Amino acid sequence: MLFFSFFKTLVNHEVTVELKNDISIRGTLKSVDQYLNIKLDDITVVDELKYPHLSSVKNVFIRGSVVRYVHLPAAAVDTPLLEDATRREASQASAKAKQG
Amino acid sequence: MAEAEEAGGANPVNEPLDLVRLSLNEVVFVKLRGDRELKGRLHAYDSHCNLVLGEVEETVYVVDEEEDNDEDNVRTVKKQSEMLFVRGDSVVLISPQQ
Repeated sequence: MLFFSFFKTLVNHEVTVELKNDISIRGTLKSVDQYLNIKLDDITVVDELKYPHLSSVKNVFIRGSVVRYVHLPAAAVDTPLLEDATRREASQASAKAKQG
Repeated sequence: MAEAEEAGGANPVNEPLDLVRLSLNEVVFVKLRGDRELKGRLHAYDSHCNLVLGEVEETVYVVDEEEDNDEDNVRTVKKQSEMLFVRGDSVVLISPQQ
């Protein structure tokens, strides 16, 4: 849930999604779901000469499982807040592990 | 078991991911599938090993197969990123850097 919430705070920012097949797609993050599937608008393929087959595509849905990286604008990320949220999520997870 | 539970919140390392928790806001080394390595400051992680790293340097090891002789040259490609989300299914290991 942590990263789902995190990506929701990044909606309407420019991101670059690098896929596991090495294609990098830059575009505006429009939406995200619990599987970290991603919808991008106004896309450009970073190395267009090498990967010309998406040059006419404007917006895409990317299945979460094929994502390797998402390059983010550092200015849009509140790192202390993110670290606190991570600690909270970690303590919830370990509490659950003890119950189970 | 009672001892472990008493140690609970304050105590450092009960389960493997606690080691990662102690590396928050520290520089970590991450080894990934596909001959890739990352070095950067850890800002977030979850139980899938999804990560967010800041000021990252990525190293990719690329093998150039040479046709005229049998030697394969390994080339390293370095890339920088100011803030990077890494999907957990690519992660092999996470290690604190000194």
